[in-house]
This record gives sequence, structure tokens and C-alpha cells, in this order.
Amino acid sequence: MKIRITNGRLIDPANGLDDKRDLYLADGKIVASGQAPDGFAAERTIDAANLVVAPGLIDLAARLREPGFEYRATLESEMDAAMAGGVTSLAIPPDTDPALDEPGLVEMLCYRAKRLNRAHVYPVGALTIGLKGERLSEMAELVEAGCVAFSQANVPIIDNNVLMRALQYAATFDFRVWLQPLAPFLARTGVAHDGEVATRLGLPGIPVAAETIALYTYIQLARTTGARLHVTRLSSAAGLALVEQARAEGMDITCDVSINHLHLSDMDIGYFNSNCHLVPPLRSQRDREALRAGLADGRINALCSDHTPVDDDGKLTPFSESEPGATGLELLLPLTLKWAHETGLPLVKALARVTSDAARIVGITKAGHLTPGARADLCLFDPAAHVTVSREQLRSQGKNTPFLGMELPGRVHYTLVEGQVMHELA
Amino acid sequence: MHNPQLNKHGELQHLLTIDGLPRDVISAILDTAAPFTEVAEREVKKLPLLRGKSIFNLFFENSTRTRTTFEIAAKRLSADVVNLNVSTSSTAKGESLLDTVDNLCAMQADMFVVRHAASGAPFLIAQHLLATGRDHIHVVNAGDGRHAHPTQGLLDMYTIRHYKRDFTNLTVAIVGDVLHSRVARSQIAALTTLGVPEVRVIGPKTLLPTEVERMGVRVFHDIREGLKGVDVVMMLRLQNERMNGALLPTPQEYYKVWGLTAEKLALAKPDAIVMHPGPMNRGVEIDSSVADGAQAVILPQVTFGIAVRMAVMSMLAGQQGSNK
Repeated sequence: MKIRITNGRLIDPANGLDDKRDLYLADGKIVASGQAPDGFAAERTIDAANLVVAPGLIDLAARLREPGFEYRATLESEMDAAMAGGVTSLAIPPDTDPALDEPGLVEMLCYRAKRLNRAHVYPVGALTIGLKGERLSEMAELVEAGCVAFSQANVPIIDNNVLMRALQYAATFDFRVWLQPLAPFLARTGVAHDGEVATRLGLPGIPVAAETIALYTYIQLARTTGARLHVTRLSSAAGLALVEQARAEGMDITCDVSINHLHLSDMDIGYFNSNCHLVPPLRSQRDREALRAGLADGRINALCSDHTPVDDDGKLTPFSESEPGATGLELLLPLTLKWAHETGLPLVKALARVTSDAARIVGITKAGHLTPGARADLCLFDPAAHVTVSREQLRSQGKNTPFLGMELPGRVHYTLVEGQVMHELA
Repeated sequence: MHNPQLNKHGELQHLLTIDGLPRDVISAILDTAAPFTEVAEREVKKLPLLRGKSIFNLFFENSTRTRTTFEIAAKRLSADVVNLNVSTSSTAKGESLLDTVDNLCAMQADMFVVRHAASGAPFLIAQHLLATGRDHIHVVNAGDGRHAHPTQGLLDMYTIRHYKRDFTNLTVAIVGDVLHSRVARSQIAALTTLGVPEVRVIGPKTLLPTEVERMGVRVFHDIREGLKGVDVVMMLRLQNERMNGALLPTPQEYYKVWGLTAEKLALAKPDAIVMHPGPMNRGVEIDSSVADGAQAVILPQVTFGIAVRMAVMSMLAGQQGSNK
């Protein structure tokens, strides 16, 4: 199918492009922008007047809850959410049940996703069997099955000897290791940032030291093992400073932040709003400001949704007993736009954090940009439209997010995956 | 942010926490409580204010004293009282908190008195009642996790007012395990709202929460320094499970350093009063000579507690309450 997208504002962060140009697609790929290739006869023309035409978003953390937690969400419901949100590539954390520690499981996930024929999935394999932090997973086989990196999701490895061996083994193959900085004992019983809000509400706290101590350990071990480290979901200014310091000392290290931590702080817990029960915890406003600045100037490489659908039963409980996590796939674009608008960042820079920069971390070369030859994964959105986040409007099976009721910028009109229109606004 | 315990007219709908409660609401509760202390002196200790109302004591955590005083208070107001010790019934069978609440609502409850081990549980119930259009049912927090124990805070204020009259010239010290104490949080909120110029907290760093000074208190680690010249000493209970471990080495060392003895109390003003929410650990946080001494007002606290709880319940649900 040959498609011409006309009248749109083309934003391609990878090529630093923000210009009014037409885009030409054929056989699931981008073939040209601006001038039509010779003899190009469009079978369909999409009028993108007033719309931004951007690469489909790449999300570094989208839990689809399969296998194991189908009562909370299914591949189908969450793929729909991804399409509605303009997200065309998903990195899947390994904390399913069972964990993504077996090549067969990963193959099944990839097969099921392919059959649904919507977003591309990039499984992140479990670094250790069952995420238990005891035995290494079959990393080489898992990569053959489709894994792009290895992680422990939110389950820290307690035994540093196992962690060191896991990093060494991954480094043998130059596999990427994504680690969530959470020191096991300091983070174990807490449910909120250890600060004024937790003190007032009587919620057990998680000190910033839970993040920094884990980071010291990870950075030290990555340095001695030569592992390629990506730090997931930074939550604190002090954590960011440690990443910068390691980088200044010549280490190849990347990091990301979630939409929740980019926009919220512990103050948003208000009167025990369990939708704000997240891992890592929402920290102080000062931390949030540091994360926003870090993402703006690229010290934080990417922004992700940290999509974690939780059913109502998991949230309609007292704060400390509630399941941590929030739905986010459909909010990734709106919250990127909101942050760009609030910080005065040009769209081409802001969108880089959810397209080309995120692609680099996952190791995707064929998407995340609009260079001819790239996969025609696209998101066409109206940046001026505002949508109120509501349970009814969310396609994800997880209806719980701290942003419920908020009016956010950006409405996705079309989502294309490999040149096929997978979502079209009615 | 919407304060869920006040209705749209700014009146008390639920009593969930003292933090954020306006000063005149606190004063109104204390004023309402005053005449109720006399009911106890009568031969017939009953008023008809809550006749026909059903009050459910919903205790997800064990308690004898608080539950009993709520029960007595409700009965003196002629309410029907049902005691549910939920820790040994439905939740043990896997029922969720809100399912339990829905079932009791179906039994025409007018008020829930809730104790729960998790901070914020009474808020969840209040929000659920509002979301399901049952906001005629009132919730009284009888202690949630480490968060709040508002009726204890209020009865403590009643006691202080009884002995000291004016709050605005007092120095008050709260001694002990502030970190795990819902009582301390409610006391701090009440004292600062009522205009006490200096509230001190005294204890080891392991038992004081992060940034507690942001709640408007002065922090002392040395009890001798902290007790100097105070008008009121409020002792906190040290839970058994905190005594040996990573928070404190032994109860003996705690007693030696932070236990209230006559010698340490002598540093306070000569007319200082000593309070304790009970139950006391004699020889751990307080010496018997102080607990039974002339400055202790620990038993009057219990008596006033019934009057204060009567005041709260009558203001929330009573036909002749000052608030309706």
C-alpha cells in the first residue's frame, strides 16, 4: 500500500527536522519526504492539516501483564491502548508470572504480539531465574528468542556476588543490562518518599539513599565488569548526580525517567491517593525539578510510561496495602507535550526522548526516525487539542493513574505501524 | 485540595484527622464535651441525643480501651452499638475492607468508628461512602496506622485546657516513639492549631520521623534539655516489638536515657502535668513514682476521653448537636 501524508508538520528528532512536508510510504517503509519519488501513485492520502507527523513513540517500560496477570490486563487491551496513544514499539519488563526467564515464554510473547499485529514488542529478559537473584538466566538463548536487554524489573538482587556475575556474563556478549536502583533493605517496608509528606501521613518511608546506594553499587560493578548499564526510573536529584558523575568519569551509562516522576511529587499523594503509590516512590518537588531539567538537556536520555495496569481491587485499599503502579501508555505523548510546553522546549527536542533517544537505548535502528528506508511507524497528533483523562476514555484495562480528571494536551488522530493505519480517530 | 472530613458548608462530616481541622472546629468539640463530663456524675448516665442511631465499632486492630470508651460514649448518648472485631472475622476469610463496609451499610449503619493498622484506611472508607452516595454515614477514626488518632488528640487537648486554661502561653513536650505514633501526630496537629507557641519532641533519632520539624516542632534528643521549663509532658507508649532490635538496643537503656523519672520531671515547671495515652509500660517509658504521682493526670484523661467522644459523635450524628 502506498500512502501519502499531506499538509502535516513533519517532526523527525533524529534528523533535527521540524518542517511542513509531505511524507511518502510504500511497502511498510518510509520512502521519501518533501518530493514524491518518481512514479509514486498514492493508494491513500491522509490529510494531516494541523497535525504533527512524528515517528511512532517508543516506550521503554510497558507491562502488558501477560503471562500471569490477565485479570489486570491482556496483550489485546494494552496493544489497543498503545495504538490509541501513538506508541508503536514497546519494551516489555520481565516481571510477568512466570517471569520472562525462558526462551519459550519470550517466543510465545513475541508470537502472540505478532499475531495481534499492532505495536512491536521488545522483551527485556529476566537477568536471573524467576527474578530471584540466585541463578543466571540463559541470556544468549533469550536474546535469540527476541530479548533486547536484561533486567530485574523492580526486584533488586540482594546478593552482590550474583549481581556481579550477572553483569559479567551479560558483558561477555555485550548485552545491555537495565537496572532499577533500589537497595533491597532500605526500600523493603516503605511505600512513600521518606520526607515531610510521609511523616505527616504516617506512611513508612523509602529514603533517597535506597536509590543512591544501589546506584553506587551498580556503577561500581558495571565499571569493573564492563557491562553496559541502563538505569531505569530515576527518582531523585541525588541519583541523577551519580549517573552524571559516572558519565564524567568516562562510563557509557544511560538512564530514563517515568512520566509520573516527571510531573508529580510526594505532595500529590494528598489524602492517601493510592494511584500515587508507585515504585520508585514519588519524591520531593526539588527532585522533580532536577529530573525535568535533566530530561530537557539530555542528561536523562529517555522518558517512558512505566505502564503498569492495576485493577481496582488492587487500588481500593489503604495506601500502604495497595498495589504500586499506574497505567500510562496513553499518557506518554500527552505528558511529553505538557512537559515540553511547561519547560518551553521545542517539540523536536522533546519528542526525541520518546522516539530516537529511546530507540538507541533499546537498540532499535529501523524505527524512531523518518529517514527513507525506516519502518513506517508513525504517530499523527493534534498538539493543540486537549483531552480530559477519564476511566471511560482509557483503552487500557488499568484505569488507575494519578492523572485521572486532568486535562492534557495532544490528541492522536492516526497511528500507523509498518505503513498500516492501526488507529484512526473516529 | 478538598478536605474530605468537612462537608460543603465547612461542617464536620467525619472525624479523620486533626491535621487541617480549623481551630474553631476543635474548640467547638472541646466546648461541646464540657457539659458531657457531668453526665457521668448523674444517677442515670444517659442522654437521648443519638436514640435510634446505629454505631458500628469496626476494629481491624485489637483494642480494648479505645473501643470500650467509644462504646460507653455511644451508649450514654442512647445509641445502639455493635462491636465488630474484624481482625478475627471476615477479613480473615479474605473479605476486602470496602466489602465489609458495604455489608454493614446494608445493615443501616449511621456511623463507623474505625481502627485499622494501615494509615489512611478511614479516609478510604469516607471516600467510598461519598463515591457511592452514602455520605449520610459518618466515619470516626479511632486510630489508623501511624497516621492519626484524633479523639485521643482531642481528649489530650481537653485535659490540657482543663488544667492549664490557655494554650497560647504553654511549652509542651512529647516524649518517645514519635515515628510510629498516631497519637503524637494528632497531638502535634492539635497543639500547633490551638496556638501553643512551643511544641517539643524528644527521643532518639531512630524514633523521630524524617523532617518532623516541618510539622512545627522543636527537636530534642536530650530529655533533660527538652524538659526544661515545660508546662505539659506527654509521654508516648513504646511498643514491645520496638524495644529490642534495630531501633533501640534494650528497654533498660531506653528507660535510663528517655524514661520519665521524678528526677527528670523536676526539670519541668513545678506545676507541669504528666500525660500518657495508655497503656503504660512502667519502668520503660515512665517510672511508677511519676505515673502515680501528684503531677500525673493520666486517669482524668480517660474520663475526659468519654466526654470528648460523646461530643464528637453527637456533633456528627446527633439531632441536637451544635453542628446540625
